[in-house]
Amino acid sequence: MKLTLHIWRQQNAKSKGRFVKYDLDDVSPDMSFLEMLDVLNEKLIAEGQEPVAFDHDCREGICGTCGVVVSGRAHGPRDRTTMCQLHMREFKDGDTLWIEPWRAKAFPVLRDLIVDRSALDRIIAAGGFIGAPTGSAPDANAIPIPKEDADLAMDAAACIGCGACVAACPNASAMLFTAAKVSQFAKLPQGQPERYRRVKAMVRQMDFEGFGNCTNHGECSAACPKAISLDHIAQLNRDYLRSSLRADRRIVSEVGAG
Amino acid sequence: MELNAKIPDGPIEKKWEKHRFDMKLVNPANKRKYSVIVVGSGLAGASGAASMAELGYNVKCFCYQDSPRRAHSIAAQGGINAAKNYQNDGDSVYRLFYDTVKGGDFRSREANVHRLAELSVNIIDQCVAQGVPFAREYGGLLANRSFGGAQVSRTFYARGQTGQQLLLGAYQALERQIGLGKVEMYPRHEMLEPILIDGRARGIVVRDMVTGELETHLADAVVLATGGYGNVFFLATYAKGCNGTAAWRSYKKGACFANPCFTQIHPTCIPVHGDYQSKLTLMSESLRNDGRIWVPKRADDKRPPGAIPEEDRDYYLERIYPSFGNLAPRDVSSRAAKRVVDEGRGVGPTGVGVYLDFADAIERLGEDVIAERYGNLFEMYERITDEDPYTVPMRIYPATHYTMGGLWVDYNLESTIPGLFVIGEANFSDHGANRLGASALMQGLADGYFVIPYTIGDYLARTKFEPLGADHPEAVATVAEVEGRVKRLLSVDGKRTPTSFHRELGQIMWEYCGMARTREGLNEALGKIPALREEFWENVTVPGEAMELNQSLEYAGRVADFLEIGELMCLDALEREESCGAHLREEYQTEDGEAVRDDEDYSHVAAWEYAGEGKKPIRNVEQLNFEYVELATRSYK
Amino acid sequence: MAGIAIDVAVAAPRSRIAAFFGSTVGRKMVMAVTGVFLVLFVIGHMIGNLQVYLGPESLNHYAELLRELGHGGLIWVFRGTMLGAVALHVWAATALTLGSWAARPTGYRRRQQYVESTYASRTMRWGGPLLLIFIIYHLLHLTTGQAHGSFVVGDVYHNVVAGFSVWWVSGFYILAQLALGLHLYHGVWSMLQTLGLSHASYNRLRTVIALLIALVIAIGNISIPVAVLAGFVS
Repeated sequence: MKLTLHIWRQQNAKSKGRFVKYDLDDVSPDMSFLEMLDVLNEKLIAEGQEPVAFDHDCREGICGTCGVVVSGRAHGPRDRTTMCQLHMREFKDGDTLWIEPWRAKAFPVLRDLIVDRSALDRIIAAGGFIGAPTGSAPDANAIPIPKEDADLAMDAAACIGCGACVAACPNASAMLFTAAKVSQFAKLPQGQPERYRRVKAMVRQMDFEGFGNCTNHGECSAACPKAISLDHIAQLNRDYLRSSLRADRRIVSEVGAG
Repeated sequence: MELNAKIPDGPIEKKWEKHRFDMKLVNPANKRKYSVIVVGSGLAGASGAASMAELGYNVKCFCYQDSPRRAHSIAAQGGINAAKNYQNDGDSVYRLFYDTVKGGDFRSREANVHRLAELSVNIIDQCVAQGVPFAREYGGLLANRSFGGAQVSRTFYARGQTGQQLLLGAYQALERQIGLGKVEMYPRHEMLEPILIDGRARGIVVRDMVTGELETHLADAVVLATGGYGNVFFLATYAKGCNGTAAWRSYKKGACFANPCFTQIHPTCIPVHGDYQSKLTLMSESLRNDGRIWVPKRADDKRPPGAIPEEDRDYYLERIYPSFGNLAPRDVSSRAAKRVVDEGRGVGPTGVGVYLDFADAIERLGEDVIAERYGNLFEMYERITDEDPYTVPMRIYPATHYTMGGLWVDYNLESTIPGLFVIGEANFSDHGANRLGASALMQGLADGYFVIPYTIGDYLARTKFEPLGADHPEAVATVAEVEGRVKRLLSVDGKRTPTSFHRELGQIMWEYCGMARTREGLNEALGKIPALREEFWENVTVPGEAMELNQSLEYAGRVADFLEIGELMCLDALEREESCGAHLREEYQTEDGEAVRDDEDYSHVAAWEYAGEGKKPIRNVEQLNFEYVELATRSYK
Repeated sequence: MAGIAIDVAVAAPRSRIAAFFGSTVGRKMVMAVTGVFLVLFVIGHMIGNLQVYLGPESLNHYAELLRELGHGGLIWVFRGTMLGAVALHVWAATALTLGSWAARPTGYRRRQQYVESTYASRTMRWGGPLLLIFIIYHLLHLTTGQAHGSFVVGDVYHNVVAGFSVWWVSGFYILAQLALGLHLYHGVWSMLQTLGLSHASYNRLRTVIALLIALVIAIGNISIPVAVLAGFVS
């Protein structure tokens, strides 16, 4: 099949970008979207042009590296799919596609379709963990966890951190990403000691990174390759409210401790 | 070179305990005076970096991905073994040790494997404490499944995403340390060379993949956790970015490369469908529990599968291995598939594939049961191939997905370069000639969480370090060396893309150093690879510049190293004149195609030592002694 | 790009209240809580208004009653509360909207193809200011009378009927009530979500409640100008 591609080209973070039009023949419907870009790049290199820079790695839908907006939809038209798992048979011969990077202030473009998503790592660093230093763990079966809770935690933990939620959100909000981690640990007994400290710290970092706020559109969940539910956002809200209502517990003896 | 594995004395179950006592300690207040570089942020790298930072060392961690969470450990599906014996089915540390040594076809080091089995228990505890949502029973306790031919249920799993969940646990521990300022994280940085000063690993040269700048990072010790080199085959289940550069560059600076020819081929991957293909996707091995594998009896039978009557089908695994049938081990069933394809009986548009048919299972159990068991896998298959496995048999074919070989390390996981430690898939130590299912995750985390934090302390406590600056002549020379290589890649200005060279190399490797190897074939490859490498340096084209984000340049550098790694793999395969585990030499097999090991001459590790440009590397030998697991022949008939 | 020495969000610890009002989630909660007040008010207001169908005495008496409650003091407490709620609601909305605009300085060239969001959710930011303008006009029109041609203090029934007899005034009211319906449809659902009131078994109910409130309010309120224009109430 033949395609007309309008691809965002931008030399580096400081330069201005623009769309460049490419015509690509001989696209096989069995190609993945990224393989289609590979073919384009091989052609560009052969013609002495610079190939299109795009992020990708595992190409089996789990690492979360790839991701572009195709004609207005993050990760393209198919639900619950990353770019590497999207195949060209989703498109028609003669289609015109607009291919753009994730757009958010917190995700500056580094080159062409590649953005810097380290803001998501910093949200995790701020509190998206359970402080369990190596070697300190009790026996794995010491604390039973109801299967339902473990399953719900797993639903939240399935997040691959691709950033499609931010890209699809009309507000460029990272709430679904943040909430998935908050919610995973809220469901587990191991997550309880840091529960309220965590939600505050993560929300604070999320705001600091310059993401927009959540206005409950639901676009994030619709774009999510793992279909992470909006319920996790409600969980975050609940925990945040509770953490704000709880008086900060200041232990007097800590002040003088040395 | 004299290889000293430094295996502690004493009975096998006491070795690690004794060694932990014998090792020197760094006192808590002094730990912050030491710095460690960790390259790679997969299971081994992330867990190692986090654990060392928790102890108080200053850690710098590097990865080529945009985030440490994306390392390819994330793609492991099945599970992680641990000798917890939660199922009361007779498992024990000793049994896991035994299974792993035997599964590795007696080419791994007993002491290391026993330690791995001991630590497996702690890994599960650690991961649960970190909030890894393992599958559970209704009673709230952990669920297990059996895996990869083991006779006990010892595999812990988190749906089909065990690797992802374990990696995120380690990643979160790492991010916690980053937040606390104990780890400095360098994503989008690729290690291009180690820096050796006075014979010790004291730093690395990395390229900032965004700006193109070459940076010097110095420390007291360097830990490589850079994964395997299976992408030498071009088409593999590895992530596209996985590469052998860090290990290869260390090899060229004096680290021995052990058993490079031991590469595992996984039998159930989706076959190649076109010459633009970039990647092979694995389908969980569990499919073989209900699917029947077959090809047409006649080579010229091009009818669609549904039109081929029962009497014209060859269920070859069931025919050759009646007792194991479709569940024959990975290496055995991979080779059988290759054999029928070589006979011209392969299926699908390319003729490189075999059927995995669920028609019988659907008839016997109903579509609902099959959908419940394999629904997500069927959906993934349908997504990629646009064929419905409920009505049309799946097509599968083996693909490379793990390298048991890697840099040689002693019991402390230290390479032959003092101060250069190697953990996870990047080292060679625990899997011998064949890795069992659900063991890779176990090894990565054991090395990172529970081995390297101890052994690095011993090294640091025993060694005196001179303070260094980036202006040290060795550091400056190493940067210049890397700079020269980058310039050279950009200046060839030929006609062929790095991808086309990589693809061609992959074809050579798959043909001659893949599932079955012969002396003639390997010799052929040893002629073709240097010629291809020569052409690469005369005719490759790398667009763009050094000082910018340049994916072609990154890739070209990796391909250049693969062109050398591939040659060493073939050499190793040629000189190992026996068949063992994943390494099958057609000269050394029984009449019906079973591997014949030569324990007399080859019960050893081949550790290759770089001898200089254009010279044949030196094959050093570490003899393997099996005191606990008796040498025996595997049979699956 | 240097290695990440992580930027800690805010160095100095802030008071709980400052942290809450400074965060996007806290501000959303301000919107949700004030939203609860406003929704309850809108429901009460509509029920009161519907007394127009019972005739002039009934409506005027009801208005009188409200003014006299607590010796005339309660209505001012009530008005103050509502004013506060509106002010906070508008403040939070403005702050969040500006933040969201800043969060995506460069938009998509191809307009986003929405999958899950609704017309109601996407028009919150335009419906909001429209409603604010409407409220101001409505107060000037039927509470203080400056925007009314023949305002009679105390004769609410007359003011309503006379006011709605002007077709374009009724038109504006109807338009505003449609906007209110949309605003409530997404607003009520969003309010429940923001306050964390979510449960897998009852989540469908949230949409139903939101739809019900939006429809009842919009239809109830729109019926009055329509009835006046149609001569049903005169």
